[in-house]
Amino acid sequence: MNYINHEQVAAKTKSRLIKNNILKGLFLAATMFGLIVLAILLFRIVTQGSEYLSFDFFTRFASRIPENSGIKSAFLGSIYLMLVVAPVSMFLGVGTAIYLEEYAKKNKMTDFIRINISNLAGVPSVVFGLLGLTIFVRYFGLGISILAAGLTMSLLILPVIIVASQEAIRAVPGELREASFAMGATKWQTILRVVLPTAIPGVLTGSILALSRAIGETAPLVVIGIPTILMFTPNSLLSTFTALPMQIFDWTKRPQVAFHDVAAAGIIVLMTLLIIMNSIAVFIRNKYQKRF
Amino acid sequence: MTTSVKPKIDVPEKEEVKKNKSSVYKTEGLNLWYGTNHALKNIELDIKENEVTAIIGPSGCGKSTYIKTLNRMIETIPSVKTSGAINYRGRNIFSKEYRVEELRTKVGMVFQKPNPFPKSIYDNIAYGPRIHGIKNKKILDEIVEKSLRGAAIWDEVKDRLNENAYGLSGGQQQRICIARCLAIEPDVILMDEPTSALDPISTLKVEELVQELKKDYSIIIVTHNMQQAARISDKTAFFLNGEVIEYDSTDKIFSNPSDKRTEDYISGRFG
Repeated sequence: MNYINHEQVAAKTKSRLIKNNILKGLFLAATMFGLIVLAILLFRIVTQGSEYLSFDFFTRFASRIPENSGIKSAFLGSIYLMLVVAPVSMFLGVGTAIYLEEYAKKNKMTDFIRINISNLAGVPSVVFGLLGLTIFVRYFGLGISILAAGLTMSLLILPVIIVASQEAIRAVPGELREASFAMGATKWQTILRVVLPTAIPGVLTGSILALSRAIGETAPLVVIGIPTILMFTPNSLLSTFTALPMQIFDWTKRPQVAFHDVAAAGIIVLMTLLIIMNSIAVFIRNKYQKRF
Repeated sequence: MTTSVKPKIDVPEKEEVKKNKSSVYKTEGLNLWYGTNHALKNIELDIKENEVTAIIGPSGCGKSTYIKTLNRMIETIPSVKTSGAINYRGRNIFSKEYRVEELRTKVGMVFQKPNPFPKSIYDNIAYGPRIHGIKNKKILDEIVEKSLRGAAIWDEVKDRLNENAYGLSGGQQQRICIARCLAIEPDVILMDEPTSALDPISTLKVEELVQELKKDYSIIIVTHNMQQAARISDKTAFFLNGEVIEYDSTDKIFSNPSDKRTEDYISGRFG
C-alpha cells in the first residue's frame, strides 16, 4: 500500500507552483510598497527643496521672505540638543543595562523592572513631552531650555538604548566572564575589560539609532513649548532654542506655497543627518561585530 | 565472560612520589547543594602540592562541581549552598575575610572549552597581570614571554602576538588559556576537562605540558578519560553520586582498587 500517489502528485504540481509564484509576487509587492513610497517622497522633496539649498541656507535665520530663510538657529539647536541627549541617554541607558544584566540578582523585582522598561518604549512621545514639561520645565525650573528638552528626549529614547544594550551585553558569552573571574578580576574589571569591549558594537548601534530618533522627534518639543522661529542662536544650556523638526513644521503651516519648498529644503538637511547617523550605525555593526 | 579483576589500563612508571609533601587543599566535610539537589556529600580530600591529582567519575557525579568549588567559581550559580570547609594552605576559603579575588589569583583555572578573550594573543596573556595592577610594558613583555614559554606555545605564536587569539586552532587556544593562567603566577592550576574539546594530537601536547607544569605547580584535573588520568596523574580520586568512593595513588587505583565500584568503573562496566 502506497500512501503517496505519484500520478496525483504530478497532476497537482502545476497548481502548487502557480500558488508559489503568486505568493512570491505578493511578498515582492509588499517589499516594493515601502521602497516606492520612500522613493517618491525623496524625489518630491529633492525637486521641491533643492533650489533653496545653499551654503547661505545654513547661515541665515528664519525670515518672512522665503528666499531669505535659513535654518541656522534650528540646525545649531538640533546639534546642541544632541550634545545633551547623547551623553545623558547613553550614560543612563548603558548604566541601567549593565546593572540589570551584570549586577542585579535575578529575581521578581528585576523581572518587573525589565518588563516595565520594555513597556516604557511603547509610551507615546507626546506623553514624554508632558512629563518633561511638568518635571524639567516647571518643577525643576529649567524653563523652555536646551537642558529641559534634552533631558526629556533622553527619557524618550532611554528604553530603546537600555533594551539594545541589554541584548548586546547578554550576547557576550558567559565563558569570557568566567575566564576573567577565574583570574581574580572583580566584576567591574570584567565589565570594563571584557564585557563592554565585546558588547560595544551592539550598544553603539542601538544608541545611534535611538539618537537619530530623538533628532527627528517633534511632539515632545511642541508640548514643552519650544518656539518655532528664533532669531538668535542659543548661548547656554539654559537658553531657549528651536530644532529642525520644529522649524520644518512651522514652514509647512505657512500659507505661502514658497515656504513649502523651504520646508522641503529643511527636510533634506534633516534626512541627510539621519541617513548619516544610520550609516554610521550600520558601519559600526558590520565592522566591529564579533561572532562567537 | 572474563572474570579477571585486572583492569586494562596501563599506568606508566612514575618517579617515586616524595613522602612528606605538604597539602595545598584539605577538604573537610564538604557538602554542596544546588537548591535541594545534594550534589556533593561529605567530601574529605587531602591534595598535596606539586602533584597531579585526577578526579574521575561518570557524568553528574559532582567532579566538575567539586573543582569549581576549589576556586569558588561555583558561587556564580545563585542557588548553590555549601557547608563544611576547604582549607587552602591552611585557610578556609569559605571564611568571610577570604576574598575570592585573592583566592583566584593563587588558584588558576583552565576550562573545558578554550575561552580566550576576543583580543590579541598578547592582551590575552597580559590580562591577568594588568588587572592586578601591572602597567610597566617591559614587565608585561617578560610575563607574556615567560607564560607562553611555560605553556609550550611561544615558538608557535611569537611572531604574531598582536593577532587575535580567535585565529588560532582549538588546541593552540587551549594552550593560550593555560599560558594566560600561568601569567597570574598561581600556586595551583585547576583544569576542568581541558582536553575534551581537543583532537588527539592537541590532547597529547596538553598532557605533556601538564607533566612539565607539575614541577612548579600543583595541578588538579577533572577528566572523563580514564587513560588520561592513568597517564598523567599521581593521585586519583573516584567520584560517584557526589561522594568520594576512593582516593589513592593512581597506581593503586588502576591496578588494585579497594572498592568494587571503582573497579567496575575503571574496567568500563558502567559510566
